[in-house]
Amino acid sequence: MDLTTDFFSLFELSRAFRLNVSELDSRFRDVQAQVHPDRFANASESERRLSMQWATRVNEAYQTLKKPLGRARYLLELAGHDLQAENNTAMPADFLIEQMEWREAVMEARSGGDHHELERLHNRLHGDVAGRYDEVGHLLDDEKDFALATDRVRRLMFLEKLLSEIDDALASLEN
Amino acid sequence: MALFQIAEPGASAAPHEHKLAIGIDLGTTNSLVATVRSGLAVCLNDERGRPLLPSVVRYHADGSAEVGYEAQRNQAIDPRHTIVSVKRFMGRGLQDIAHIEAMPYDFVEVPGMVKLRTHAGIKSPVEVSAEILRSLKARAEAALGGDLVGAVITVPAYFDDAQRQATKDAARLAGLNVLRLLNEPTAAAIAYGLDNAAEGVYAVYDLGGGTFDISILRLTKGVFEVLATGGDSALGGDDFDHRIYCWVVEQAKLQPLTPEDARLLMMRCREAKEFLTLNPEAPITARLSTDEMVDLKLDVPTFAAITQTLVSKTLQPVKKALRDAGLHSDQVKGVVMVGGATRMPQIQRAVGDFFRQEPLTNLDPDKVVALGAATQANLLAGNKTGKDDWLLLDVIPLSLGLETMGGLTEKVIPRNATIPTARAQEFTTFKDGQTAMAIHVVQGEREMVADCRSLARFELRGIPPMVAGAARIRVTFQVDADGLLSVAAREQTTGVEASVTVKPSYGLSDEEIAGMLQDSLAHARDDAMTRALREAQVEAERMIEATEAALAEDAHLLNAAEQEKIRASIASLRAAAAGDNRRTINIAMDDLGFETQEFAHRRMDQSIKKVLAGRKVDEIKMGEA
Repeated sequence: MDLTTDFFSLFELSRAFRLNVSELDSRFRDVQAQVHPDRFANASESERRLSMQWATRVNEAYQTLKKPLGRARYLLELAGHDLQAENNTAMPADFLIEQMEWREAVMEARSGGDHHELERLHNRLHGDVAGRYDEVGHLLDDEKDFALATDRVRRLMFLEKLLSEIDDALASLEN
Repeated sequence: MALFQIAEPGASAAPHEHKLAIGIDLGTTNSLVATVRSGLAVCLNDERGRPLLPSVVRYHADGSAEVGYEAQRNQAIDPRHTIVSVKRFMGRGLQDIAHIEAMPYDFVEVPGMVKLRTHAGIKSPVEVSAEILRSLKARAEAALGGDLVGAVITVPAYFDDAQRQATKDAARLAGLNVLRLLNEPTAAAIAYGLDNAAEGVYAVYDLGGGTFDISILRLTKGVFEVLATGGDSALGGDDFDHRIYCWVVEQAKLQPLTPEDARLLMMRCREAKEFLTLNPEAPITARLSTDEMVDLKLDVPTFAAITQTLVSKTLQPVKKALRDAGLHSDQVKGVVMVGGATRMPQIQRAVGDFFRQEPLTNLDPDKVVALGAATQANLLAGNKTGKDDWLLLDVIPLSLGLETMGGLTEKVIPRNATIPTARAQEFTTFKDGQTAMAIHVVQGEREMVADCRSLARFELRGIPPMVAGAARIRVTFQVDADGLLSVAAREQTTGVEASVTVKPSYGLSDEEIAGMLQDSLAHARDDAMTRALREAQVEAERMIEATEAALAEDAHLLNAAEQEKIRASIASLRAAAAGDNRRTINIAMDDLGFETQEFAHRRMDQSIKKVLAGRKVDEIKMGEA
């Protein structure tokens, strides 16, 4: 095990999208407790530096695996499917139109100060996203269809961005 | 030096068993120092039994500095040379400071961090803070009777990089080895959580003299995980005093006041604020230098009315932090109140109403941060505590970013990222043969660079000349466990390490610090050279001790030849440390550091495997049960 060990192996978890998050949480805490700079505050310079590198890596691993989008993207990266490189491929027109409709609805609710409508949009989109992650899990863990999973994950990237925009709109209404 | 050690039969006499470590709460209004004694965190009092040290520094014409109650008492006599609330100036420029027109100081127009002209010369806020730290350090050394291995110093969670760096520099000037900069609400959570064996999500509402923090933490089995933090590093009890002051000026129809009168009145306003905590009405009386008498009464409803905007100003960051943590206020199990300003009834009421629960105030809000810092210092120094081990996972409060085309900010590390954290970004050249590149690092959430805080400008030099766009310069941002940023750059295609020169926007350069160190030692018996030598020797001893402890535990990870090499390096370092050549000591330390690198890697690997293997055994046992 070294600083280049992949994030799943780092926590000795099997390389899969479906993962027990509370198990990840507690493994993260256990491993971080071993490597954290607070354990080496009184150690030699080289151990302190190493501890910072390890703790940084462990934090990155946890942040990547904790959320489904990060986890899916990371699995695709490990499988050699680069989402960035495939970013130039156009998304299908119907998906893009749907996106525009969502955005318009959000903008309208925002400018009208309609808190209730934004909440409704948020919940609807949230439900839609959850279903899509189930599909991604199936594609990645059962079918091993990385090409199709890449397409689905790219759509989810759009949708997650939209979700956070709705969150921002809700936040700006609160203030 | 002790020649004999008298020990109880059977008891260990090893002098290094309990290491002397302290926690310091370097507050806007008051500062404290605490330590762990016989397993219990206690504040160290001054010779008159008082735990607080007013964070007030008065400079005298002979160049000496007076810190604490005496300086506080005389502030109205000599306001220009008596610095109060210096924390508000740390890592700040003139244009950042509110109510500057009402301050009696002689500010020096300099780019970057403000400076004050005093009897004792021009002082940076870092030097003023160092006086406070020196005073606390002396108190601790007298009380504990020995050399300190180090200190944990608390900072507001919402302090940005420049403010943190300024605090660390102040500690360095005061001759303290900083074990860690610890966020104040997190320190309070340690003191609180370990005392109450709490589990669940807690909010720490920390309103100090000049800063406001809100941290949302999850406490699980000895892990304090900060989920989100927010605040305002220029909002505190001082602002409530200022509101009363403005009210008095208006009510009494006062003409512009002399600095002495202004300071006197401000003191009366503070007293009135404190009086209103337990009383329905406070008198405000003062005789001004014009012989004018101020004689007013302030009641609780009026006080609440004139400070209402300040109270609600604290609730905005609370909402934002909860949102960042992805939580609702009803998911918070308890709200811990920290800082003297939380004694104000209108604050308690507003926080109680917001969270729909009674805030927790069973620990002294003035002491809880120092006690938590001492507890953490004790752990970091390597003293085993009676309680179980715990781990702190803290975050950076504000996003770190870079200036891009058109004065826009590109976020590199988002706020509330768990530290330590790192992120690499690639850049390329836009001109043929370009060998240098400028990078501007900012901190903040806003889109425009002008609305964020400028942290530093970096210049990368020594990029190998190539055609435009061919160079790939990887710039790595590393935030350490103190929340401090460092930057490294490397050209990827050639592997050339680009050199980075840092020009901090509000910080002090290494040369400035060295100059201040020299100044501060000008009156002392030893000079900077002997102090640097002593520091190197202490560091060498610490390194030898750490390496020997590692060998005692894990020598099996090394073969005989490797062990021999390390032991030889230890021997040469020990020989070097016995001499008085700092360079030789540093070379020997570098050598031992190099020889132990692989060993450190193997130890880290072993400990991770062990803890994960331990889990599996636990799970199997649980499965069988």
